[in-house]
Amino acid sequence: MSDATPMVRMAGVNKHFGALHVLRDIDLEVARGEVVVVLGPSGSGKSTLCRAINRLEPVDEGSIEIDGRPLPAEGRDLAALRSDVGMVFQQFNLFSHLTIMDNVTLAPIRVRGVSRSDAESEARVLLDRVGIGEQSGKYPAQLSGGQQQRVAIARALAMAPKVMLFDEPTSALDPEMVGEVVEVMADLARDDMTMVVVTHEMGFARRTAHRVVFMDDGEIVEDTTPESFFSRPATDRARDFLSKILTH
Amino acid sequence: MSVLLDNLDDFLSRFGVTLGLFVLSGVASMILGTLLAAMRVSPVPAMRTVGTGYVTLLRNTPLTLVLFFFALGFTKLFFYLPFFLLAVVGLSLYTAAFVCETVRGGISTVPAGQSEAARALGLGFTQTLSLIVLPQAIRSVVPPLTSVQIALLKNTTVAAGFSVVEAGGFYRVVNEQGGSTLVALLWVALGFVILVVPLTAVQRRLEKRWSVAR
Repeated sequence: MSDATPMVRMAGVNKHFGALHVLRDIDLEVARGEVVVVLGPSGSGKSTLCRAINRLEPVDEGSIEIDGRPLPAEGRDLAALRSDVGMVFQQFNLFSHLTIMDNVTLAPIRVRGVSRSDAESEARVLLDRVGIGEQSGKYPAQLSGGQQQRVAIARALAMAPKVMLFDEPTSALDPEMVGEVVEVMADLARDDMTMVVVTHEMGFARRTAHRVVFMDDGEIVEDTTPESFFSRPATDRARDFLSKILTH
Repeated sequence: MSVLLDNLDDFLSRFGVTLGLFVLSGVASMILGTLLAAMRVSPVPAMRTVGTGYVTLLRNTPLTLVLFFFALGFTKLFFYLPFFLLAVVGLSLYTAAFVCETVRGGISTVPAGQSEAARALGLGFTQTLSLIVLPQAIRSVVPPLTSVQIALLKNTTVAAGFSVVEAGGFYRVVNEQGGSTLVALLWVALGFVILVVPLTAVQRRLEKRWSVAR
């Protein structure tokens, strides 16, 4: 695919949960190396949007493409496509019965067929990069939330993904641990990783994002630069949202 | 004491058969029960139907009837097998239904985020189930699974009614010799207690070892 092909492309995407219309005519393109932060009040559909990109949430209509390839239906092809899309969850979701090392090497070994020794040396590099190098023999429950989330990022990176999805990666963390995770994410952005980040971290959105997408009630209401979103929001809904979070 | 000592060889060989029935049926029921549990959570409706049907049929049938079928019907309908193997098959099929339901209960305790994370990494349904969900599910149901296996150990005595020479039939030997049936039964009970104690010890060890990961 040429560099002009967007890494993620959503067109006319709609989704309902029963009577609730959670995604309304979503059109979104994310270019290669671009960092897009998705903001919005809770219940605005931003998590659902993020999860729709690798089909953890199937959508009712519309098309979604990753690197020019439409998302396949459930099955082997979808699994292959997901292996190229890293995902980091609010609740970390590290495999609780496996050591940190096994968490990071499982998918490279089982999905990519990498040898255990290669997977482990790659894992050590990644764990060092996120500052967990010393803890690789421990179990997830023995680490703090911030450490677990950094391992979760390393686990996703071990698959050498084309794009990383972050679904509220700092929302379940104690405040003093937010910084260490945001730092790892900023580091990834500097290395030109394509990222879609659903977050409440306004600092990250201001400093690191190339674009801010503001959602409300299942719709994309604004899609602009962080600078213009935070200083000159174009809609009342965005102004209302910003006044609520920035007064604290 | 003489009831035991006079018949020690018979007593021990009968418990040997009991142990054989238990170990073979235990392993087979764990494997089959886990496969059935996997079928019951499968995305394929036909697999779920087969799993549900199996459990409904076997769990609701008295063990005696299941063994009757294998002792009397199987050889007539299909081919000859020794009673010992027929008993193993019957006990395994019966116990697998209970293992299945216990493991399925364990699967429901594994947070949805675990399988979402696995699928997001590109693991397929079978890999997600076998590498992530089942290992955690089985860890969480060690005590009830042990109970199912202890019940199996005691259920082996039902096979005595079908010409399998195992511990439950020991009292009849003693009775024929004019010895005390009651004393014979007490010795058999003690034998079963001795067999169950190590199972309980294994349960405690597994619980302790796996508690770290939670």
